[in-house]
Amino acid sequence: MSDPDQEWDEGDPERLYVITRGRGGLSQRAALDLVTLIVARAEPHPSMQPEHAAILRMCHYPLSVAEVSAYLRLPMSATTVLIADLLADKRVEARAPVPKALLPDRALIEAVMHGLQKL
Amino acid sequence: MDFKSSDTVVAPGPFAGPRSEDILPASAATAVKVVIVGGFGVGKTTLVGAVSEIRPLTTEETMTQAGADVDDNAGVERKTATTVAMDFGRISINDELVLYLFGTPGQQRFWFLWNGLFEGALGAVVLVDTRRLEVSFDVIGRLEERGVPFVVAVNTFPESPSYPVEELRAALDLPAEVPIVGCDARRRESGRDVLMSLMRYLYSLTNPERP
Repeated sequence: MSDPDQEWDEGDPERLYVITRGRGGLSQRAALDLVTLIVARAEPHPSMQPEHAAILRMCHYPLSVAEVSAYLRLPMSATTVLIADLLADKRVEARAPVPKALLPDRALIEAVMHGLQKL
Repeated sequence: MDFKSSDTVVAPGPFAGPRSEDILPASAATAVKVVIVGGFGVGKTTLVGAVSEIRPLTTEETMTQAGADVDDNAGVERKTATTVAMDFGRISINDELVLYLFGTPGQQRFWFLWNGLFEGALGAVVLVDTRRLEVSFDVIGRLEERGVPFVVAVNTFPESPSYPVEELRAALDLPAEVPIVGCDARRRESGRDVLMSLMRYLYSLTNPERP
């Protein structure tokens, strides 16, 4: 049981448990890659869990799951659970990365080389 | 265990989100990733930072000591968590395509923490310090096992001994086709050249005429 006097710590597993409401999110994790781009499709609402609202705010423009995790200061596993909630409610859109089966793709690699040349 | 709504919990906020200059265009549709692998202190984050358009960010994952998933109420108490961090950066290739670079430690036990870190990656860069070549053996072996295409980049530190490429190839037991390039991880052009070498290598793998 949680101790009411206990301070909440960023790295505390119990904090993560509360934020994700105890869901490990294995199925969602399978679908969301580090570089899946997330785009908000709804406005944040005061009644929302603060982390959900924060994701909607920061994903006004596309942002990778890894970036969302970094800005939320939450582990990837907790971040994907939160994003999966928003996906289920159609509040965000997920732009999946190139499927593994299609790699390596010549046109894709040519595009990356072209982009790198401008660096 | 009766947690009420999250307003009973001190919010760890404000959550910053990206700075205005770090925002991707609305047209960004697809992202690809490249993994930079190397031992501690070999310059992974330096390399990521040198080529990244954003200041490198850190994503974390927690390893729970029990090693089990936090699935139900069971086993939540008294779990100690070790946090493992991974730095990453980003390069916008064009209006639709974004390249992410992840710098990860060489130990395989960390690789499983991030679901799909290597699966779906275009390829990898093994960053090598010639003062500690032995660190790279395991990394190279594991990438080969996983079928992840990679190039080897030798980060030149002022006090590093320099070896002819073929000597390094022999020392690392690398197949002839795997490129070895020198780099200065602090310099953007040098980092870009490493990524270009990887892309040229990946391109050669797509073409059966040029094995």
